[in-house]
Amino acid sequence: MAEIQQQVAEQVTKIIAEKQGIKASDITLDATFTSLGIDSLDRVELLMDFEKAFDFQSEQEEAEKIATVGDAVDYIVAHLNK
Amino acid sequence: MNQSRRIVITGLGTINPLGNNVTDYFENLEKGVSGAGLITHFDASLFRTKIACEVKNFDPTLYLEHKDVRKYDRYGLFTMAAAIQAVEDAAISDDVNRERCGVIWGSGIGGVQTFHDESVGWVEGNRIPRYSPYFIPRMISDVVGGMVSVRYGFMGPNYTVTSACSSSNHAIIDAMNTIRMGNADLIVTGGAEAPICIPSVGGFSSMMALSSRNDDPEHASRPFDKNRDGFVLAEGAGALVIEELEHALKRGARIYCELLGGGMSADAYHMTAPHPEGKGAILSMENALRDAGISHTQVDYLNAHGTSTPLGDLAELKAVCKLFGEHVYKMNISSTKSMTGHLLGGTAAIEALACVMAIMKGIVPPTINVEQLDDKIDPRLNLTLSKAQYRTVDIAMSNTFGFGGHNSTIILGKFKS
Repeated sequence: MAEIQQQVAEQVTKIIAEKQGIKASDITLDATFTSLGIDSLDRVELLMDFEKAFDFQSEQEEAEKIATVGDAVDYIVAHLNK
Repeated sequence: MNQSRRIVITGLGTINPLGNNVTDYFENLEKGVSGAGLITHFDASLFRTKIACEVKNFDPTLYLEHKDVRKYDRYGLFTMAAAIQAVEDAAISDDVNRERCGVIWGSGIGGVQTFHDESVGWVEGNRIPRYSPYFIPRMISDVVGGMVSVRYGFMGPNYTVTSACSSSNHAIIDAMNTIRMGNADLIVTGGAEAPICIPSVGGFSSMMALSSRNDDPEHASRPFDKNRDGFVLAEGAGALVIEELEHALKRGARIYCELLGGGMSADAYHMTAPHPEGKGAILSMENALRDAGISHTQVDYLNAHGTSTPLGDLAELKAVCKLFGEHVYKMNISSTKSMTGHLLGGTAAIEALACVMAIMKGIVPPTINVEQLDDKIDPRLNLTLSKAQYRTVDIAMSNTFGFGGHNSTIILGKFKS
């Protein structure tokens, strides 16, 4: 995994852990948001947290396509590379 | 309407400036403690009013999971805490039919802090809208009743009533009538408010409604005193589980007292000022007496609206004197807002609890802070000044009046089978 990918993954995991009150070590890249207790509203909010943390702008509609933690990491990295 | 269905109170809960549970609240009401102090929720140094009755040491994680706390405005957190206390207190077992249980709540404003924060966030940001997806559900005043239903599976009638400072009395009356009509057997009712924040302190200040006795907050709320200068804003929630009598008896519920009736009216007079002769207030109390099927001579205690505003207190007492005639001198009257401050949409609910205390324990909570009675007030009235008084209270009445001229009165009575 590229270094940037790893850094983003760590921070994404940390943000989700804090928000959901779960251990970062329990969050894997293939975990779905649903399995982590994250509903559709939480997902929009998370995307906004990611925007702040990584300083990028997203389209909120795209939040719907992000189903797993790994999807979120890929999405952020793709935006950072733009 | 099926008036043969009697309504009793079987659960209580509260978070308010005098206590974060019913026991502490009752104890401080009896002692005559003031809940007022300097505002700590925000920097009020530039505001005309710098004082309020804040809730102290409130821990929402006693009631909600940590991750869910941010999904609620402060008024919503108060709601959940008080409602959960009341439902637990009522000990509703699994065999109670959830389709017959409802939530009818009251809030004058809803999540005003949330609205403020999100609006400021947009202005201070880059103008690309990034409103929280929880902005709307945190703010709107009805969601909390929904969340109580989610927690307990209550699928009966569920909504929130808004009538400014009368909201929770209107909610209690609606809840009572819903059960009387046979549309539910048990309802969680009451109300909540969290207005100690920049926009509402600013707004109420501009209306000249708030006391600015900033150098002496504990003595600022002084209903009926000659030198009263407005109300002291407060925050919190009160919750009651009310229930059809047979339903309560069948499940062996503890019955605190009976909810005998309620009355409502409008002043039809002014946007914010009360009718100077209390015409609407009289009508509200008359309607309540008729609904309860009792005579005014049976009322032992009146928990007055008594907000400590120059106009409101006089208008209410004029109305009370006119309605009660000679009996007015045999009653106890008090304004517990002298201690709690004014919880707006939550105020009637915590005052209903004060009436429950008066009936259950024979303790009439005092009106504190009256140093010199307004000379326009009849000194023969027993306003329960300074100290609690101990007497049998079979029937208690509680008034609340809201901006917009919304008047409401409820009547509670000792439960007698």
